[in-house]
Amino acid sequence: MKNALTIAGKELRSAFVSPIAYVVLTGFMLLGGWFFFNLLNRFNFLVQIYMSFRNPEVQMRLNLNELVVAPLLGNLSVVLIILVPVITMRSFAEEKRAGTYELLLTSPLSIAEIVMGKFLGVVAFLVVMLALTAVYPAILLVYGNPEPGIIASGYLGLFLLAVAFATVGLLTSSFTDNQIVAAVSCLIVLLLLYVISWPAETAGPTLAAVLRYLSLTEHFSEMVKGVIETKDLIYFGSVITLALYLTHRSVESVRWR
Amino acid sequence: MIEVRNLTKRYGELTAISNISFTAEKGQILGFLGPNGAGKTTTMRIITGFMPATSGTVKIAGYDIFNDSYECRRRIGYLPESPPLYGDMTVVTYLRFVGRIRGIAKADLTDAVDRVLRSCGLEDVPHRVIGHLSKGYRQRVGLAQAMIHSPSVLVLDEPTIGLDPRQIIDIRTLIKELAADRTVILSTHILPEVSQLCDKVVIINQGRIVVEDMLANLTRDTSLEQVFLRYISQDSAVPSGVAEGTA
Ligand SMILES: Nc1ncnc2c1ncn2[C@@H]1O[C@H](COP(=O)(O)OP(=O)(O)OP(=O)(O)O)[C@@H](O)[C@H]1O
Ligand SMILES: [Mg+2]
Repeated sequence: MKNALTIAGKELRSAFVSPIAYVVLTGFMLLGGWFFFNLLNRFNFLVQIYMSFRNPEVQMRLNLNELVVAPLLGNLSVVLIILVPVITMRSFAEEKRAGTYELLLTSPLSIAEIVMGKFLGVVAFLVVMLALTAVYPAILLVYGNPEPGIIASGYLGLFLLAVAFATVGLLTSSFTDNQIVAAVSCLIVLLLLYVISWPAETAGPTLAAVLRYLSLTEHFSEMVKGVIETKDLIYFGSVITLALYLTHRSVESVRWR
Repeated sequence: MIEVRNLTKRYGELTAISNISFTAEKGQILGFLGPNGAGKTTTMRIITGFMPATSGTVKIAGYDIFNDSYECRRRIGYLPESPPLYGDMTVVTYLRFVGRIRGIAKADLTDAVDRVLRSCGLEDVPHRVIGHLSKGYRQRVGLAQAMIHSPSVLVLDEPTIGLDPRQIIDIRTLIKELAADRTVILSTHILPEVSQLCDKVVIINQGRIVVEDMLANLTRDTSLEQVFLRYISQDSAVPSGVAEGTA
């Protein structure tokens, strides 16, 4: 565990000296701000329309959570599909290219420690990334009255989604010494997981249920609605564990090819 | 201390090394020689546990590199062919990181780092970013990381490449000192270096060992250059016949 933390620290430090981290963080903040601004604008517009209709009942039902926070988190999740592969692409690929992989694999570290270190490093980065966008809901809490519990549940969902994305990124990065290949293959897998439930509308009931269950985004949207269910947590937990396990196997196979 | 037995490594169709065996004792410096592409780096990568052999065994201090990989890796300091450096770290941050993953306790880390900074001639650049260092200084950092945890086995792949003449002398002296109670395997293309440093010489050609002997025996009545050229020119012919002819 101590070794894993040492590696995580190294990962985090090298993330913040590379320009990639700042481009990703700035881009995420900017896009988040743009979504927030426009969603809020639309919300104000609706409020004004109902005010002019003198329809206080409907006006009361206009809900910040449903009309601003939920779509904001939904949009951020799509941006994460593109940005997470960029964050994780270096993790193994760059070590191989630079020859430092030889240092890691000949040090008295277990493969689990190496993989855990990489994982914790990227999780810490994601925490920073998501925490930065928390200013937008915070503004709502100060100036409006959204439901804080639902916001928290949505953020937990977004965080789990981001971590699951990142483990897929670690896996694809462990296959190659080329960062571009790592990023693009991660992106493709994430897009596939995003659209995997599309045939569910026309498929038979069993297949539809399976496809919906496989889709990362289905589980995420439940949590955005404020519903934290064990089955969704188990789902995210399994995706993360499976991807980390496969990464472990992949690193191991490079060592004992 | 190091026992290599019947090592073979194939990369797909290509057999990089075949049936290599040699040993190195404690206190010995073993010079590993051979022309480009002979299989020196491949052998060292297997000895250090970076990759497995296709067949054969390596024992470090009695531990098998495959089955007791962890115990072996704890005892090895390794300088790969291209120094394994993180270009974005400073020299000290890098050495502290390597020290940590090599198992040095936090309390001893500063001392260990200071020691290798001094012995590898890095006192002038401790807070420079590694990516901005000159090639020779990067090589020194590579040497420093191999020695930081005072390993009992040192595996150095062309350690003095790119160093200036004064630094070469310093590093040779250092290796000589270190070897007193350790085992050192070093590969090099500089034959005078072998003459000065090594106790034992192993010459490998096209993946096969053509000679394993004490330096003193090999150079009794001829120079090391002669010995080297003689053994690598005869391809895989029986060594003893040619040796007789020149005697
Ligand atoms: N990853 C690899 N895949 C395929 N072939 C390889 C690989 N690494 C090395 N080889 C081949 O194995 C053989 C031995 O290479 P190696 O690097 O061990 O030579 P060397 O003795 O270190 O040479 P040099 O003096 O140039 O450093 C070469 O023919 C090389 O092309
Ligand atoms: Mg080599």
